[in-house]
Amino acid sequence: MTTTKDQGADHGAATGAVAAGSPASDAFAHQPLWKVRLALWRRSLGKTWGLFRENKMGMFGLGLILLFACMAIAHPILMATVWDPKIYDPVTGYSAVELQFVIVEGEPTDPSTQISLQEARLRLNPTVKVGQTVTIPVQPAPPSLKGPNPHLLGTDPQGRDILSQLLYSTRAAFFLGAVAALTTVLIATTVGSIAAYFGGFIDGSLMRLSDLILLMPLLPVLILVSALFEINMVMLGLMIGVLGGFGGVAIVLKAQALSVKVKSYIDAARVAGGTHWHIVLRHIIPNVLPLSFLYMMFGVTEAIAIEATLSFFGLLNVPMTWGIMINTAQNNGYLLSGTSYWWLLFPAGLAVTFLCFGFFLVGRGMDEVINPRLRAR
Amino acid sequence: MLKFFIGRLVQMVILFVVFLSIVWLLLQLMPGDISDTLIGNPDIPMSVRLELKARLGLDQPLLQQYITYITNFFFRFDMGVSFSRFPKDVSAVLLEALPRTLVLFLSSTLFAFWLGFKTGKLIAWRRGGRSEQFLIVSGVFLQTVFYPWFAIVMLWLFGFVFGWFPIGRFITAELWLGAPFEANDIFGRLIWTVVIASVAYGIARIVIGRVAKDLVTRERLAMLLGLLVVAAVVGYWAVNPAAKFAWDIVHHTILPVITLGLVAFGAIMLLTRASMLETLGEDYILTARAKGLPDNVIRDRHAARNAMLPVATSLVLALSFVIGGGIVTETIFSWPGMGLLFLQAINVSDIPLAVGALAITGVLALVGHLVADVLYAVLDPRIRIA
Repeated sequence: MTTTKDQGADHGAATGAVAAGSPASDAFAHQPLWKVRLALWRRSLGKTWGLFRENKMGMFGLGLILLFACMAIAHPILMATVWDPKIYDPVTGYSAVELQFVIVEGEPTDPSTQISLQEARLRLNPTVKVGQTVTIPVQPAPPSLKGPNPHLLGTDPQGRDILSQLLYSTRAAFFLGAVAALTTVLIATTVGSIAAYFGGFIDGSLMRLSDLILLMPLLPVLILVSALFEINMVMLGLMIGVLGGFGGVAIVLKAQALSVKVKSYIDAARVAGGTHWHIVLRHIIPNVLPLSFLYMMFGVTEAIAIEATLSFFGLLNVPMTWGIMINTAQNNGYLLSGTSYWWLLFPAGLAVTFLCFGFFLVGRGMDEVINPRLRAR
Repeated sequence: MLKFFIGRLVQMVILFVVFLSIVWLLLQLMPGDISDTLIGNPDIPMSVRLELKARLGLDQPLLQQYITYITNFFFRFDMGVSFSRFPKDVSAVLLEALPRTLVLFLSSTLFAFWLGFKTGKLIAWRRGGRSEQFLIVSGVFLQTVFYPWFAIVMLWLFGFVFGWFPIGRFITAELWLGAPFEANDIFGRLIWTVVIASVAYGIARIVIGRVAKDLVTRERLAMLLGLLVVAAVVGYWAVNPAAKFAWDIVHHTILPVITLGLVAFGAIMLLTRASMLETLGEDYILTARAKGLPDNVIRDRHAARNAMLPVATSLVLALSFVIGGGIVTETIFSWPGMGLLFLQAINVSDIPLAVGALAITGVLALVGHLVADVLYAVLDPRIRIA
């Protein structure tokens, strides 16, 4: 204890070390401060992890996220090693199963090898004649393992590999989720802490801004914005982050910061001569952070869902995402194809769902760690 | 209570003006203006463009334009002329679509709240067991499911595979060909009968509460009354010459309402469960048990009523979802409401119509918030007094 004070260290951490109160705190007393901090941090992290591990749903969610992370990493590796970009590129790749048909007059008796003259003229060129053998590319091709270039999940109506699109979009989803969630948490933590600590006019104006943003119908506004301007992934992530950060999350974090502000260690820090910024940065924000991380998880869920919806409407300026995959299927008339063309709708839809599911479950698991009342009794 | 209500109302109006101003600013941020769409046509001389600019008031200073925009909206309900449906006013186009969207929003929200509250209450009461696990997982799944995809699957499954419901749209065109009624008239009359019936039911329920002191009689009477009201509404429409047409509209409404409602249901069920679990730990529940009250009384009267508070606030959360989800639902089910109008307007760059739809959506969101606030104040006396 004396050592830490002699080093002119920050009082909050010193109180923290004493407050830990276990016999181990004597051992800390003769170590440099950063080591004490690190040890405390590691211990609390280990405790949190231990609590989180007991939550089966949360662990399942974490597993799902890791699975998607592997998918995201796999894509560039596969593109560099196994997949030929000409065939497997998610946007410009092309390959089709080519089937041979014999042109017949009238209705074909065997549709798998024959084609009527009328349809052949429509699909190929008007000069073909009865009796000719023609090759017609079949898209979307069903999943298959055969051939030199197998498409494990088939191809889309434009002959592009679905699996490659799926993996490529995973990276985009993670990227967007990270940008949106980090922006949200950064802004919301700052806004919430500042509003709670300083109160008065700052608090009032920031909270009115939050009210305004909360009242805005988010999705319609984003639809209008992406229709008026060219929006890419980074901009969308920042927009969702800023709106979320100044909006609902800031209100929740402010409530948390308020409950921290009235604790006696804040008074102690102030009496000891801590400046306002020191108290906000060192005492309030660290105590709000666990809740911030929780909202980060929910933020990722929301951001991914919004992005997928916007790109489903075809409003975003991005090369390929899960939403665009479904949009492609819809635009080519496979909306109600259901299970007969399942690889067009189900992989992309389930990918969005399960990634959101994973982040949401992790968020719920963290919620139970932070709020002991929710834990199973 | 009245003071609280008026205070909130004033706040909402101010917020709406700010919202409208932001939308207007967004439009100004866009490069060029509407007259620039004529640049591409070499046959239109510069003078015509300038004239158009002058006629639309685009040559005036920005502040003047802003004031005109706001006053036109508030005092004349004038949002300009739609480009894609040319001679029609934006307000006329929107007013026609508004009831359909309102019905979609209201009925799916009510469906979600009713079912979500009931299920959440029950699973919190019977803690543990398979059904709880299953319901929690499906609740989380519904909450995180990719909504457009979910709607497509619902449409495919119930409209296409089972064939129970029509595939999208508001009416069956063949049936209405040469019909002596307007679809909108029938729809309006349907809405009115339901509204009148619910108001009558509500009043009768209050009367029963005053008259019957005994709990069992009260509940029996309420149930009888409910059946009576439903029978009256169905009976009125069954003997009506427009029965076939009314049923056609209802038939088209069911699937979108259920689809939109199901997703909101997940969130509400989970919230009710969490809130119920918290309430069940309170001391007054223990007291109620100690008094020897029957289980369902403790559950419904002591726990569920107090657990309702956070659920009522979540109306706001559900609202933001229902508005966003409404656009998706209307697109996938080709439901000709405001959301579909909004997207169509966006796709053909019909800016006045898109902005108008957004503004009306903003009004809906505000009214929803106001309702939630008032509901909360009614349910929780602490809010009213503070």
